[in-house]
Amino acid sequence: MRVKRGLADMLRGGVIMDVVTPAEAKIAEDAGAVAVMALERVPADIRRDGGVARMSDPVMIEGIQEAVTIPVMAKARIGHFAEAQILESLGVDYVDESEVLTPADESHHIDKWSFTVPFVCGATNLGEALRRISEGACMIRSKGEAGTGNIVEAVRHLRSILGDIRKITQADQAELFDWAKQLQAPLGLVQEIAETGSLPVPMFCAGGIATPADASLVMQLGAEAVFVGSGIFKSEDPAPRAKAIVEAVTHYQDPAMVAKVSRGLGDAMPGLEIGELETKLAERGW
Amino acid sequence: MSRTVGVLALQGASREHSTALEKLGATVLQVRVPEDLRGVEALVIPGGESTTISMLLESSGTFEPLARLIKEGLPVLGTCAGMILLAKDVIDGRPDQKSFAQIDIAVRRNGFGRQIASFESDLNISGFTSPFRGVFIRAPLVQSCDPSVETLATIELDGGVQSTVLCRQGNVTVSSFHPELTEDLRIHQMFLENLD
Repeated sequence: MRVKRGLADMLRGGVIMDVVTPAEAKIAEDAGAVAVMALERVPADIRRDGGVARMSDPVMIEGIQEAVTIPVMAKARIGHFAEAQILESLGVDYVDESEVLTPADESHHIDKWSFTVPFVCGATNLGEALRRISEGACMIRSKGEAGTGNIVEAVRHLRSILGDIRKITQADQAELFDWAKQLQAPLGLVQEIAETGSLPVPMFCAGGIATPADASLVMQLGAEAVFVGSGIFKSEDPAPRAKAIVEAVTHYQDPAMVAKVSRGLGDAMPGLEIGELETKLAERGW
Repeated sequence: MSRTVGVLALQGASREHSTALEKLGATVLQVRVPEDLRGVEALVIPGGESTTISMLLESSGTFEPLARLIKEGLPVLGTCAGMILLAKDVIDGRPDQKSFAQIDIAVRRNGFGRQIASFESDLNISGFTSPFRGVFIRAPLVQSCDPSVETLATIELDGGVQSTVLCRQGNVTVSSFHPELTEDLRIHQMFLENLD
């Protein structure tokens, strides 16, 4: 577990960027990404095109592995352990069991303990986060609402998870049993949170980050690193925006610095109103 | 007397180093911009992504002043990415990747392989009476060491070759593993004791 979560620790304070080609992976690395997520379509395109979204073609993942020296992550469908096995055999550095792809199992997530490769999973609330950790996830990210360029859902998820953690640290022993029941999460993990005041694995933010200010916002709310999906390569000028988001994650506590890097980046991705969505990806997973 | 130690906090596992140093009684300052270096008596460069940290060192203007301080003798401990950033020769790095080049070793980035090859191992460290648990995450591999570099611990590679994982030259100490990821404070303690 220490070795598996260790890589997540090393990614803290960094930006993990979605890329669909080796050329994009290079741009991400040049901009200072700590890792890239190799996938066939960014969430905004998955949302637009519809159809079943699956694990990427191994050729494409290998191409990206060749193109960069930083860690390469890839997505498997929720519950699709065969896809995860394939990704592990390709030597990806992290598997994202992701709601952005079409779920393969309606009630079971992957048993992540049975893998050597570490897993990251999305969560909308603390109960979901703790269930994923009990299944072996070594990193949790907010789900947000991928492909929208709208930060509101990620903020909701972060506030829910981190707010409940703060409440648990104030609870007495008897109340912890009730918390475990309410969250539908293992008591041991709830007790651990009461003691340490934090999740047992790093907590990153994903879903809707489009600007340096978005990155600063979620870091100030308590995220330890950020994933940027469509926000970079669906913007007008990806390279400077990618670099600006990297700078904003490092200097998130310094508004003057975030202002400086926010200048003249061109148009952000257009973005979508959450109320008008047909499919909410965050509702996938349980 | 309490020492003031800076921890480079541009990216990576700076928090664990801060916690370890504070447990040992040091005053810790997070370093992100050149002004943060004021009053720092020693510095830790943590694990993280060396390419990212290198870029952020430059863009924040911290590279030059820090390079000068290290050259002038500021004691510095670099772990994993920190080792790469302090090594004289970096193999498999990015061409634009900067290094302080203050310890005479050649390191290969991710020399032990990808994350699935990451591992833990007990290490015999010179001066320690019991083994130290080394956590290696996509770790750099020391390919060669100048004789002037003092090797403090090695690991046996396939084929029986011993490779350096902890070493020191003058004011610079580097490890390819992560002492900050275990509860064992002996390497941080050794670093602080050497400041006296």
